Amino acid sequence: MGRQTFAWFTQPPAVGDPRLSKAAGFLERNVVALAKTLDHAARADETARRRGLLQKLDPRAKCVGIFAWILAAAATSRLAVVGTIFALAVALAVLSAVPVRTSLGRVWTGVLVFTGSIALPALFLTPGAPVCRIPLLEWNVTAPGLLAATRLVGRAETTATLAALLVLTTPWTHLLKALRTLRVPKTAVVILGMTHRYLFLLLGLARDYFEARRSRQVGRLDNAQRRHAATATAGVLLGRSLALSDEVFMAMRARGFRGEVHLLQDARFRTRDGLALAAFVAVAALGLL
Amino acid sequence: MKEWRLLYELRDLTYRYPEVTALDSVTLDIAPGERIAVLGANGSGKSTLLRVLAGLSFPNVGSVRFDGTELTEDTLAGETFAFAFRRQVALIFQNPDVQLFNPTVFDEVAFGPLQLRWPRGEIVERVQLALRQMEIEHLKNRAPHRLSGGEKKRVSLASVLVLDPDVLLLDEPTAALDPQSQSQMIDFLAENHGAKTIITATHDLPVVGDIADRCVVFDAGRVAADGRPDAILHDEALLLRAHLLYRHRHRHASGVVHSHPHLPGPHRHD
Repeated sequence: MGRQTFAWFTQPPAVGDPRLSKAAGFLERNVVALAKTLDHAARADETARRRGLLQKLDPRAKCVGIFAWILAAAATSRLAVVGTIFALAVALAVLSAVPVRTSLGRVWTGVLVFTGSIALPALFLTPGAPVCRIPLLEWNVTAPGLLAATRLVGRAETTATLAALLVLTTPWTHLLKALRTLRVPKTAVVILGMTHRYLFLLLGLARDYFEARRSRQVGRLDNAQRRHAATATAGVLLGRSLALSDEVFMAMRARGFRGEVHLLQDARFRTRDGLALAAFVAVAALGLL
Repeated sequence: MKEWRLLYELRDLTYRYPEVTALDSVTLDIAPGERIAVLGANGSGKSTLLRVLAGLSFPNVGSVRFDGTELTEDTLAGETFAFAFRRQVALIFQNPDVQLFNPTVFDEVAFGPLQLRWPRGEIVERVQLALRQMEIEHLKNRAPHRLSGGEKKRVSLASVLVLDPDVLLLDEPTAALDPQSQSQMIDFLAENHGAKTIITATHDLPVVGDIADRCVVFDAGRVAADGRPDAILHDEALLLRAHLLYRHRHRHASGVVHSHPHLPGPHRHD
């Protein structure tokens, strides 16, 4: 029974599922969103264990190489360089069996919404020659504004894609170990490790909370009630998550955890890892020239 | 003459949370190999006691000694003592979810030995043994968070048994388990203790006789009684005082209301 219920929550709803309809209530939509996030997080680890180009590389080589590309994309002022790195990242995703539409698509949408809202005013406020005019509002989109906005969104999309690629093609513990090898401070690695371990617990908690509310809800919530439910949920979750984080950390300490990451098989840096790293760095250097 | 050593010595131990005193002047001796049931109602201090014994929480007042060494943040900061202590003492949390945080069951069970830096070959061997022992070999590639409650409990037990600890601390091991899983857990504790010291916090009185040779009853953070299970379980006044029994009111056909003591929690029928 327990597993069946869990499956109901964690399996993403099919097209036409009433849980996805606009008529579905606020709580139903939240439960489904949490289920999808859980499913997505679980799939990330599955992707990291697939046979693909990036999965074969040593995590340290991948970390340094992808970081070099992120630096290049962030530092260059040329859109062509950003575009090329983005295209290479997508090609690597395909060669590494990363589901581009489902996994990277989520990243792109999120970044576009967030960065797009920041970049939007630049379209109209940056002085320069007008390119087009927005009907009704009568606002001019300027050429420098368009360039600045495209550059910002392009950089954000590219760096986010690269970061996602690193996470999606490397088992989390291997990534943490690689970060420690690269002298990332122990505290930062512990925080990252805790965040990941805690993710499932917190999502499960949030899902239970929404489900408990839903089971006691009669009728649909109006806007004010939805806002109240959302803020109440956030408050309760914060309090409970603090208590839970203590317990998770205690459970780790109880089994001897002292901040270091240990793996059953330590990664070996082979010739192909060296070559891949050299290729990453060469592309980044070319972009910055 | 054989030297008699205590495993744990608790002296006037007090542990306070910001709003409540969980343990109040507790003095307790625990010998190696004892099977102890720590009984008490919710909020009586059982879980806090286990955390203190596991070296995860430290008393505000008083002291706790393990095998002659006082457990403090400083002593557990030392690598040599911490390694030896974590190898010897294992805690199973009431909520297995907080204890399971690795991508697969195999990784979960291997987590402890990896932290203690055992040789890789030995880790693989011991993990497989622990999985077999708990009959969860078929789950080794599954994600722990996707398992049922009973399976999670077995994985959390395997994840500490793999270290072959001398001391097992169990916080409500039968809580939220179906009758079959409860029965399997009790059988395991009854049959596999060997020379291990097993300290079980519970308020499930019907299982006490199977899992303990000594009972310590807690009431509002204080030790209310300490003795053999048969003596404790027959002391109705004590159990009522410690909220481990409750009076259930029956209205008979005649209209007369009688009050009888009842055991809380599920009853076990063998």
